[in-house]
Amino acid sequence: MDSSTLLYSLDLVSGNGLTLSSEQRAALHTSLIILKRNYKFHRVLFWGKIMGIKNDYFIAQGVGEDEMKDRKCLYSFNCMDWHLLPHATEALIAEVDVAAKGRFIGDPAYTYEHTEIRHRGEGDDAVEEEVMVKVSEERRLAVTVFTIDKEVAVVPRGAYIKSPHGTVQTNRSFEGLNPTEAAKLNNYLHFTNPKNLKKKSILEMADLNPSIDFLDPLSDDIPKGSWSLQFEHGSRVCVIRSLLWFGLTFFHVPETSQYGYVYMGDGLKNLDLPFMM
Amino acid sequence: MENSVEDLSDQKQQAAACFKAFLLKNSTKTNLNLYDHMVRVLTRVMDERLENAVDVIEDLSLEVKRSMLQEKQSTLRDTPSTTSSELLAEQQRVLFNHVDEGEHEEMETPLPNVAELTFFLEQTGVGLGREEMQRILLALKQLVDIQPLQRCRFWGKILGIEGNYIVAEVEFRDGEEEEEVEGAEEVQEDKEKEEQAQEEEELDPVPKSSYKPPAPVPKEPRRSGTNKFTYFVCREPGLPWVRLPDVTPAEITIARQIRKLFTGRLDAPIVSYPPFPGNEANYLRAQIARISAGTQVSPLGFYQFREEEGEEEEEGARDSVEENLDFESISVHAMVESLSAWVHHIQHILMQGRCVWVNLAEKTENLLDDDAEEEEKEEEPDEPEPEVGPPLLTPLSEDAEVNNTPPWSTRISSNLISQYAIAFVRSNLWPGAYAYVCGKKFENIYIGWGLKYLGEGFTPALPPPPQPEYPSGPEITEALDPSLQEEEALKEAQEEQQAALEDNDAMDGEEEEEEEEEEEN
Repeated sequence: MDSSTLLYSLDLVSGNGLTLSSEQRAALHTSLIILKRNYKFHRVLFWGKIMGIKNDYFIAQGVGEDEMKDRKCLYSFNCMDWHLLPHATEALIAEVDVAAKGRFIGDPAYTYEHTEIRHRGEGDDAVEEEVMVKVSEERRLAVTVFTIDKEVAVVPRGAYIKSPHGTVQTNRSFEGLNPTEAAKLNNYLHFTNPKNLKKKSILEMADLNPSIDFLDPLSDDIPKGSWSLQFEHGSRVCVIRSLLWFGLTFFHVPETSQYGYVYMGDGLKNLDLPFMM
Repeated sequence: MENSVEDLSDQKQQAAACFKAFLLKNSTKTNLNLYDHMVRVLTRVMDERLENAVDVIEDLSLEVKRSMLQEKQSTLRDTPSTTSSELLAEQQRVLFNHVDEGEHEEMETPLPNVAELTFFLEQTGVGLGREEMQRILLALKQLVDIQPLQRCRFWGKILGIEGNYIVAEVEFRDGEEEEEVEGAEEVQEDKEKEEQAQEEEELDPVPKSSYKPPAPVPKEPRRSGTNKFTYFVCREPGLPWVRLPDVTPAEITIARQIRKLFTGRLDAPIVSYPPFPGNEANYLRAQIARISAGTQVSPLGFYQFREEEGEEEEEGARDSVEENLDFESISVHAMVESLSAWVHHIQHILMQGRCVWVNLAEKTENLLDDDAEEEEKEEEPDEPEPEVGPPLLTPLSEDAEVNNTPPWSTRISSNLISQYAIAFVRSNLWPGAYAYVCGKKFENIYIGWGLKYLGEGFTPALPPPPQPEYPSGPEITEALDPSLQEEEALKEAQEEQQAALEDNDAMDGEEEEEEEEEEEN
């Protein structure tokens, strides 16, 4: 969520019990402004908190010209000193998937090791080879943040527009969903490169607005029911929680342009979801 | 020259007039014209002085057009539709009613100080927001007013898919408890009896299974073990509080094997394997019992064992604690440094689903005895009998690890101003469970999904192995039909035997006649 409205928005997403202490809020207000100047970001978002066993990571995102592509992630332990996270490449994601297991420790230098025995050659020449995959926690963190953004980042429909040049920007005239629309999952979109959009039939595409509907709606997610949509704070605020990534909370106040999401959790994907519904 | 200049300006003016006329031409569809529209849009820009107006001119124009179409006068009257937020606000308004109590009673109220709790929790980075906590406090006040309570505590909040539960942990005043649950059980028993009666009436009964389920572990009585406290839940502050039923050991045992999310409806069925006995209210109660037993902690020395005069209890069965009045606060650093400064003050739940082990074998027949013992052997190979859990007031440092994850993490609320900081622990087994300590004050809270951290993928329980087929013996195997030769051979053999018998009879017929007669008789 935007760092400038952090104070206000944090109370709206704290329904799952996690928030920031006054000290952390104050520190964020100071440090994120400096961060914005130093890295020349257009906007700085407070992304969330990943809880480790020994320490917690606070994560901020800086946004450049393009809201979707120009994003950089930074982490901090004390909300003051920020360190840039490496870019999550395909190879890195594969490595982390293999090696990293269990809870985050809270030490970026900690290395996860995984030994794998691979067979090479055939018949008598078969050689067993031990392959060691080493991944530092800093890289795991980068991949986790990237994956969470890819799988469960949420924006209301119409909040972002894609210009004819292909850049994605906030929609200045977004005035919020109305309460009826806000209760439906198909008015919320995944803020990531669309996967299913092109597969839609012409009939479905007919009432889509290409400058707004360039993203996948949440209602198409598989399995169905991987989201919990509720109205909280006296039924005024629409709160969406992901059941796939426990800890991701999105809020939107209908008929205002206030929306945002935050992740506060242990950074583990809920793979047991099919058994739990 | 002058003429030509005038001509030119005339021409220009004429062209301008033509263009204006063109702009003023009304659209055949909407009866609007562009000139007026542009005027309106530009007037609006002038009035509002928008930043970068050119970027949003399309939207402005659209808005202006839309505002033209609004019907200002309509003969239809607006029927105000009540939204859910209005309904809820109406219900929550009751919470804010000030009841003027005639006399200022100085009676000790069981109402917890949620405002203080909010203050401390916020420092640890936990909380539901001040406004929400205030509402919860008011809702708890409502609960205290309508129920005869001796003790009340804000236990926490459990998140569900459609709604959340706010949970209050209460203790009734002595003798003022309502008995509700007993009735339900009797009804169940009656039903069972009816079914039995029906079965007996049938003339040709279906073969009955010889399987006897192991005897159910008896429920713990009120105010002891897992049923030490009573729990009330409500969906939103202001909505009615619902009392949860008491928990049975069977519910706890099954709840340990399943992994389900709460829906937010107390009467929702729990579809699971192994089947859960009861609906979501029972499941919620079972999870609350498990979470309480696992995560309710207090600083070392705050509680002490109750010294009872009538030495009736045995060694190790000390199941109640009381506040230690001489408790001296432990320094924050000591609380953060070591987990042994924190102790559990709620009894551990055994594998049996109870806090106090009960010997099932005593009550039931020998046949069932074996089963029970076998089960126990499976569960705890080292200590088959009786089950013993860690005693009360066991330090957290002795909690077991799960998949190399330490069960607790300790933190300090502030590193910058450590002299006023408070210490808190976070459970890694039950994500969402927190406890803080500040001086002599401590509190526990759970806000989460009500699910335990497993450390690895959840493996659902497998169905039991199928019943073995009965042993095949000669009495149930089908015999081969004899061939013609075999039949003839048999016939010959029988004839020979017959002949031999007749010979024998002829030999000693007279001697054995009497005997035969006797045998025949």
